[in-house]
Amino acid sequence: MSDQTLPAGRQKRARGLPRINPVYFILAALIVAIILNNPNFVEPTGYMNFLKRAAPLAILAAGQVYVIVSGGFDLSVGSLITLVVVGSSMLSNNDPNSTWWVISVMLCIGLAVGLVNGMVVCFLKVPSLIATLGMMITLNGFAFMWSGGAPRGYLPDSFRFFGRVNLRDIPLVQMLPVAVIVMVVVGFALYWLMHRTNLGRMIHAIGDNPRAAQLAGVPVNRVRITAFVVSSLSAVITGILLGGFAGVSTDVGTGYELQAITAAVLGGAQLLGGRGSVPAAMAGALTLTAIFTLLNFLGLPQPVRQVVQGLILVAAVALAMARRKRTGQ
Amino acid sequence: MRQVLKLTTAIGMSLAVAGVAHAQNFNDPEEFARQQEQLSMTPQGPEGQPWAQYLVDKMADTAEYKKDGAATVCFSNAGVNNPWRVVGYTNMTEEVKLHPEIGNFVHVDAEGSDDKQIADIQDLLAGGNCDVLIVSPNTTAALTPAVEAACEKLPVIVFDRGVQTDCPVTFIHPVGGYGFGIQGAEFIVDNVEAGANVLMLRILPGVDVLETRYSAGRRILDEAGLTVVGAEFTDGDNAKTKSIVEDYLQRGSIDAVWMDAGATAVAAIEAFEDGGHDIPVFVGEDQQDFLQKWRALDMTAIAPTYPTYQWRTPIIAAVSILKGEAVPGPEWVLPQPAITAENLDDFINEKMPPLHYAMCGCEEMPDYPQAWGGKE
Repeated sequence: MSDQTLPAGRQKRARGLPRINPVYFILAALIVAIILNNPNFVEPTGYMNFLKRAAPLAILAAGQVYVIVSGGFDLSVGSLITLVVVGSSMLSNNDPNSTWWVISVMLCIGLAVGLVNGMVVCFLKVPSLIATLGMMITLNGFAFMWSGGAPRGYLPDSFRFFGRVNLRDIPLVQMLPVAVIVMVVVGFALYWLMHRTNLGRMIHAIGDNPRAAQLAGVPVNRVRITAFVVSSLSAVITGILLGGFAGVSTDVGTGYELQAITAAVLGGAQLLGGRGSVPAAMAGALTLTAIFTLLNFLGLPQPVRQVVQGLILVAAVALAMARRKRTGQ
Repeated sequence: MRQVLKLTTAIGMSLAVAGVAHAQNFNDPEEFARQQEQLSMTPQGPEGQPWAQYLVDKMADTAEYKKDGAATVCFSNAGVNNPWRVVGYTNMTEEVKLHPEIGNFVHVDAEGSDDKQIADIQDLLAGGNCDVLIVSPNTTAALTPAVEAACEKLPVIVFDRGVQTDCPVTFIHPVGGYGFGIQGAEFIVDNVEAGANVLMLRILPGVDVLETRYSAGRRILDEAGLTVVGAEFTDGDNAKTKSIVEDYLQRGSIDAVWMDAGATAVAAIEAFEDGGHDIPVFVGEDQQDFLQKWRALDMTAIAPTYPTYQWRTPIIAAVSILKGEAVPGPEWVLPQPAITAENLDDFINEKMPPLHYAMCGCEEMPDYPQAWGGKE
């Protein structure tokens, strides 16, 4: 269906409100609900803590969007996070001077994981769901082998700086968590790479129609591998923030792969590829975190929370789909 | 259609009734009182070796199991899937090394699955090589038939979590969940003002030794007239724990934090630290990271324990049984001490890993501390 066949009035409507991604409305509604429940949320400590908590997932979702838009999934990110936290604690062993080389080692591990994921998908033709599932199990095994089941080291404060420290006495906002700065910087870089460069266009092209993209001269394999690398690197950064926020534990990354995919879908990414936006995926991550926070504030019993959480998620994605059908976006 | 509905309703109702029949009572006043009494009992057995001591003086005769020559001891383990079990299992393997009578120690890990553990026990029995079987059940009800089947063939020792049969020679466990809950909650009651706000943090629902910790803690806090501002499940996740505490701090002040498992205690403390709040009265557990934080911040705290030294006891029991010596039974109740400000320094060892459980009773063993991941 092309735009020309639409009656003028309908076309006009389509250009109005529905052009704005519904995830932003959902997020706004949830934040209003949180404020009604807890007026302290409008204070900097309230919303800054919220942003700090959402930062790891937002970065992870922004990376996951690269793989989803290119037509795949990356299930290995959760166990990569665990490996980063456990591995960093084992390597650094509370030595403050180790932070930089440990972070470099972790980024190299991330790079290697992304390359392997991408190459298995491209050259061995293993569907990404299976390739990254295999990677997830392997990395979990590595984390357990490395730590013997219980973490054996501490993270030094210099490593935890990124995830834990709040800068104080900042004009306007009083406090500013370092994690929020990291989120903004990484988020902007990923936004720029996806929506302002040729790489981003090629990722969209191969997700939409890999055959057509190939015939048009897109180096499909190279682009796809790059998408997996971006996702793995974002997982490493997420791991560094999470380890910083809450310290060492052996199951820190559990469930994050699904949360990241959910966040991307909440932001309107299409699961079979070709569509998705970095800022909307990050808004999706904030929305998920807002749901968790709101349910904390409401103090509902655990089972009720899970029901509400599930229903909000399905409703939010249904809304995103309805909007796509109406606007063709 | 109507018949289908009727049928489903009938099945649903019968399942519900069955569920009620099998539901365990996690708030049993008699058991609560019994464990409260056991906490203050003086144990019998060798002084300074709590893993070989016992609180209930009733012995099981084992003359019929006497066997000469090197023995094969088999162990069906629920899993080594958390730091508590990692430390415990290390205690056990080190204890095995102390007994030359044990020729062969066979360990099968059920990886947290009932099905696998049932199959594991069947395989061990079918192999016919085991002289004694130690079982640490994954869940109580599911493992009961497997343990009963094993009892018919060889002496069985159950420890940690229980089964619903008294066929094993002995069931080894510390005082229990009520005891753990009591120690933490009584400490809070003694150290806060009347009407103080208490946040209760729980790890997971549905596990008997954890449910009883909560019911005992809740009962004491309620009876003392304290305000329980919330009881939240953290799934043992540091990040989730810290987030939950931060959210509660935004809503109002917290005077004490009670926990049913202490692995995430440091994350909870950091929520107070990072937000610039005073650290309240805290209940943790005997992990090194918590004990060190406690000393560093000079906190008002207590660490009830579910001692990992209980993993040494089944090996000691197995060796005694194969010699035909009487062992405490049908229940071998071990003492369950708490770490307090008075003895805190005795349990801190900065060379051990952060989640090492200090109440391991392992300091005198030959491979300490390397086998537990510690540094010389």
